[in-house]
Amino acid sequence: MSEVLVLVDHADGVVRKSTFELLTLARRLGDPSAVFVGEGGEAAAESLARYGAAKVYVVADPDVTAYLVAPQAEVLAQLVEQVSPAAVLVPASSVGKEVAARLAVKTGSGLITDAVDVRAGGEGVETTQSVFAGSYTVTATVTRGTPIIAVKPNSATPEEASAAGEVVPVEVSISDAAKAARITDTQPKKATGRPELTEAAIVVSGGRGTGGDFGPVEAFADSLGAAVGASRAAVDAGWYPHSNQVGQTGKQVSPQLYVAAGISGAIQHRAGMQTSKTIVAVNKDEEAPIFELVDFGVVGDLFNVLPQATEAVKAAKG
Amino acid sequence: MNIVVCVKYVPDAQSERTFDSDNTTDRVGVDGLLSEIDEYAVEEALKIVEASDGEVTVVTMGPAQAADAVKKALQMGAHKGVHVSDEALHGSDAPATSLVLAEAIRKIGAPDLVITGMASTDGIMSVVPAMLAERLGLPQVTFASELTVEGDTVTIRRDGDVASETIVASLPALVSVTDQINEPRYPSFKGIMAAKKKPVEQWGLADLGVDAGQVGLDAAWTKVTEFAKRPPREKGTIVVDEGDGGTKLAEFLSAQKFL
Repeated sequence: MSEVLVLVDHADGVVRKSTFELLTLARRLGDPSAVFVGEGGEAAAESLARYGAAKVYVVADPDVTAYLVAPQAEVLAQLVEQVSPAAVLVPASSVGKEVAARLAVKTGSGLITDAVDVRAGGEGVETTQSVFAGSYTVTATVTRGTPIIAVKPNSATPEEASAAGEVVPVEVSISDAAKAARITDTQPKKATGRPELTEAAIVVSGGRGTGGDFGPVEAFADSLGAAVGASRAAVDAGWYPHSNQVGQTGKQVSPQLYVAAGISGAIQHRAGMQTSKTIVAVNKDEEAPIFELVDFGVVGDLFNVLPQATEAVKAAKG
Repeated sequence: MNIVVCVKYVPDAQSERTFDSDNTTDRVGVDGLLSEIDEYAVEEALKIVEASDGEVTVVTMGPAQAADAVKKALQMGAHKGVHVSDEALHGSDAPATSLVLAEAIRKIGAPDLVITGMASTDGIMSVVPAMLAERLGLPQVTFASELTVEGDTVTIRRDGDVASETIVASLPALVSVTDQINEPRYPSFKGIMAAKKKPVEQWGLADLGVDAGQVGLDAAWTKVTEFAKRPPREKGTIVVDEGDGGTKLAEFLSAQKFL
């Protein structure tokens, strides 16, 4: 079988769950080969092998991570040239999609972004996407070059399938042109102890109705082990960071459970959460459009409802 | 400082967005407008030029209606517009779009900055900026939530999932912006009147030296084989809080096995 290249998403060497999802999906198309860029590839190889990586290409050249996006695209282009993979899977993060974009142009290959499913179809790799704020489901294929697919987090359940995980150091030559946008400073986000928004199984979001006090939202999220999101109104008001914004101009999330507290549910917000499996809302306004989407809704004040729910959840969990 | 801003005319998210019979996005039968994030790109370009000198040129690619997107940018204060339109462009994918925009930018002349929104509000792919940087050989300085230009250096803050990065590049460069970067102005009455006199060039593929065989639906590197409207979500249970709303919410979550 052909190799399928999977670009590893990691934070300082710790492989993120979305990568295990990609490896699981890649097995449907061929033999997964992980591509690890940065330091810590050899240590990460073990976990990558556990999820089916037969090979782990390790690119440790510091130039590759010192500049934005372009060097990673060159690395993948060189590997595509060398191994002629059946497909390249990347995480549908901002970096992942931009690496994929440049790789597509470099290799003359079709690119599909934000896939929620990937499979081997009659005409090659076939994908499912959810578009127009989740109102349509689209099936698409790549008709030219090596299929490059950016896959959304939570699109598959990671399944272990032990493979060799052979570490293959890769020497790359990065062009001067790719070394044009230098990353001069990196400030890690403050650790909250909560899962990352796009890969969390449960997301609790707050909006205008919080009036700027995210305390009850965070407490409820913590009782559920959830990530915290925010509507654009809350972010624009400066109540919560933009990196937590759910919606058209923020993150698109698709968790098992989405809780919207004090969020009216404008199209801008719906575009970011409508494909969540189960949707719950708490809002004072019974006319709020968010109630059109919910599996369960409470018309009430989040400052009463959430603390009570938090206590009940804690009690139920013991 | 001369700046080119790439803008897109998109179907209004508030209206009923849909597909044509050839599986392409319906861009004609649906109300459209300037993609919202592009307003931030226009605003940023205007701010930079107002603080120094030079001109902002707005370029779009799209059907006749797409002229509205250029018009809005001119009303905000951009100096001139370019509308690339050609029958053969219908159904173009992101690689073809970036090819055409790259040629249009070359024809406009070497700008100091090319600015785009981080994504369009219809496709939300956010790949065209990176493709443009690749094609034009410009430093890619994307997802800017803050931007400063000093001398011939551009510096941005890029907020990622796990970290906030500072990116530095030399001009000329390609920048994409998020909706955190500024507060776009509304066109003033004066701006609306002035826009009527601003020049808008109409270019076809022949003007750009792009072969029609490289663009459009038939030349796309991907193909939509099927689309289906998602069934509306089933109406859920809604309770009014009478002092037990939180308890009922927890009961629901327990019944759904989330606890």
